[in-house]
Amino acid sequence: MVVLDVLHRVQARLANDLAVRWNCKAGKCGSCSMEINGRPRLACMTRMNQYAPAETITVQPMKTFPVIKDLVTDVSWNFEQNRRIPPFRPSPRPAGEDYRMMQRDVDRVQEFRKCIECYLCQDVCHVLRDQSRKDAFVGPRFMIRLASLEMHPLDTVDRIPLIRREFGSGLCNITRCCTEVCPEQIQITDNGIIPLKERVVDRCYDPLLWLSRKLFRR
Amino acid sequence: MLDVSDLQTFEHDVLVIGAGGAGLRAAIECSARGLSTGLMCKSLLGKAHTVMAEGGVAAALGNVDRRDSWKIHFRDTMRGGKFLNQWRMAELHAREAPDRVRELEEWGAVFDRTRDGLISQRNFGGHRYPRLAHVGDRTGLEIIRTLQDHAVHKGFGIYMECTALELLTDGGRAAGVLGYWRESGRFVLFKTRAIVLATGGGGRAWRVTSNSWEYTGDGYAMAYEAGAELMDLEFTQFHPTGMVWPPSVRGILVTEGVRGDGGVLLNSAKERFMFRYIPERFAVETAATEDEANRWLAGDKSARRPPELLTRDVVARAIVREVNEGRGSPHGGVFLDIASRVPPGVIRRKLPSMYHQFKELAEVDITREPMEVGPTLHYFMGGVRVDSDTQMSTLPGLFAAGEAAAGMHGANRLGGNSLSDLLVFGRLAGTGAAQYLKGLAAPARIDEGQVADAVRRATAILNREAGANPYAVHEDLQEVMGRCVGIVRSEEDLKVALKELERLKTDASGVKAPGASQYNAAWHEALDLRSLLITAEAVTRAALVRQESRGAHTRVDYPGERDDWQKVNVIVRRGRDGGMETEVVTRPDPPKELAAIAFAAIEDLEAAPA
Repeated sequence: MVVLDVLHRVQARLANDLAVRWNCKAGKCGSCSMEINGRPRLACMTRMNQYAPAETITVQPMKTFPVIKDLVTDVSWNFEQNRRIPPFRPSPRPAGEDYRMMQRDVDRVQEFRKCIECYLCQDVCHVLRDQSRKDAFVGPRFMIRLASLEMHPLDTVDRIPLIRREFGSGLCNITRCCTEVCPEQIQITDNGIIPLKERVVDRCYDPLLWLSRKLFRR
Repeated sequence: MLDVSDLQTFEHDVLVIGAGGAGLRAAIECSARGLSTGLMCKSLLGKAHTVMAEGGVAAALGNVDRRDSWKIHFRDTMRGGKFLNQWRMAELHAREAPDRVRELEEWGAVFDRTRDGLISQRNFGGHRYPRLAHVGDRTGLEIIRTLQDHAVHKGFGIYMECTALELLTDGGRAAGVLGYWRESGRFVLFKTRAIVLATGGGGRAWRVTSNSWEYTGDGYAMAYEAGAELMDLEFTQFHPTGMVWPPSVRGILVTEGVRGDGGVLLNSAKERFMFRYIPERFAVETAATEDEANRWLAGDKSARRPPELLTRDVVARAIVREVNEGRGSPHGGVFLDIASRVPPGVIRRKLPSMYHQFKELAEVDITREPMEVGPTLHYFMGGVRVDSDTQMSTLPGLFAAGEAAAGMHGANRLGGNSLSDLLVFGRLAGTGAAQYLKGLAAPARIDEGQVADAVRRATAILNREAGANPYAVHEDLQEVMGRCVGIVRSEEDLKVALKELERLKTDASGVKAPGASQYNAAWHEALDLRSLLITAEAVTRAALVRQESRGAHTRVDYPGERDDWQKVNVIVRRGRDGGMETEVVTRPDPPKELAAIAFAAIEDLEAAPA
């Protein structure tokens, strides 16, 4: 039995109008995100038998987003961020042929694409949760979405300037809390955010490149 | 009296209901054709049931085995569907699926690759060749996310957590949709001249199901109420491998990919029992010994396929038989073993979410122990009756695609044909709607009385002083359908079900949801009951009419396929007296060239790929 089963029982027997989001009940859709005993978790993947029989279990809505009712929060800000990201634009397909990409070249992109959009990483991110900088930082979820586009072998769009200026890559201070709560075990910080920060640094802060751009007006 | 002009109102050329694969693909197509498009969905965007699809999307790309072609895909689909599929739909599907998969790649999808860098394809039940493009065992997530990220830049209206309650008609054609916002409980009116139902199936009428809460048969019920015809609803697919233990996860899907990648089914005596259940029709293409099956898995092209990869209806019935005859696993299923056949590292790489799911939910390590599995209600082959080319229902302006529509899969669906169905027919529903609107001048009129009635019916659930608990009525329905309309059916049980459904209809008409209308789960549950009951009754009545056993529909009192029944479909519609009526309609003869392909020997098709 998992925490979501208990919530369903409460809903059916004790508090019929209890609001909780869920869909797949198998950790694949990322709907039932909440804070269980203070930890951001999916209720459908949190087993009851890990708690002592007499232990009180607290369930709270995600703190980073406004509460609509009970355990349901307004996560629409996330959908707005997604829409700001310039979409995938592939290089043209070779005439009469299929695209070719090697598995080893898509492994890292596939890791990011495992994301189920539960927004637990957004919930736990200090920049969004404690510093309330939703105006300046898109959060770990969209940093790895940006990484999945930047590292896509077929993509042709350059998002590096936007990643720095618009999406706030500099605000992440690499505490890895997002990675720790990710139910898909995506290495958000190490494989996604840090490489993006490095690309930003290479492009915008490398003194030699800066000098050569000045001199040769590249 | 409600003043309809006070309702929040949106206007679109076309409104798509449901944002799974079919709905997203339909909306993308409508929008690309210059139509003002709206897309409404019960959940948040990207959470629809497509996300749960694991194994892959079937398309005859021929990347892994060059002998594959659309004709062989078509033949496999017809044979899997026991020749009850709409011939033209199965043809369109097999021909167009490869382009739809390539298109997803252009929109950013990243499928697993072959050694040459092409889209890799895996084996699956009923498919002659490795045909399923996939991403590990999370293909559905890849598809829905790709479509979603593509869609949000197309500028059409997306209405999330907005549930459709009723289709509005004007003189027998589509005119609009009344819905409500789950968050606020406020009603919302969509004025539109074309509607695409992409509402999925109705598995929630059963207790043991792989379906999420959304699958309450809304599309079937709304189409039925609006006067459209439903078809083939007796064919409800029980996926052979759902989890059976612990009880709280009973029914959750275990992908067919486990068997495609080498997993085998064992009974309590450790016997690979599927060798005893090979139907005559498939005998020449199925391995006769374990040795041959193992050689096939190792890539020996002269060997035939293992019997675990027979179609889902066959495997599900075999499991039920093993359990009923006392050879089941401790919790009433059978064993699915991949641990003793595939190295742990390969299992974790090819089936990561299965590994995770069993580890987290059942505390079973599938790289070391077998899984316990049993049948779970998974998919509706039947649905809204549509034209094969345009996807328009019998109600002008009303379209359906994906699981909401009937015809593509006949009596049984092959794994992997659902994701391709969504893409092919989602798109065709969009082109069909565009074509329909081109010939339509006058705007549709909203019937204010119909809107007011629907609003009154919905709010009565909140307003009445007392009444039955909607969750209890739903549980009651699930128990009835599991007991009387399961895998194996009989006239006696089906008649009991009809009587019970009458009682449940009365119960449902008096349910009470306590609390206010804001995000009120009890109210949402109560509103879904109407769809569930119409769907359950339609399935039961259709199952009673079809006096044979074909594909997913098994009657103990009428065993075996009967030729007469291959020539007909069972239609369900609302009769003039307001009650549900059924009709048996004759199918047109298949086009000669398609029949030739479907009944060809496999060698002839392999020799002449298209």
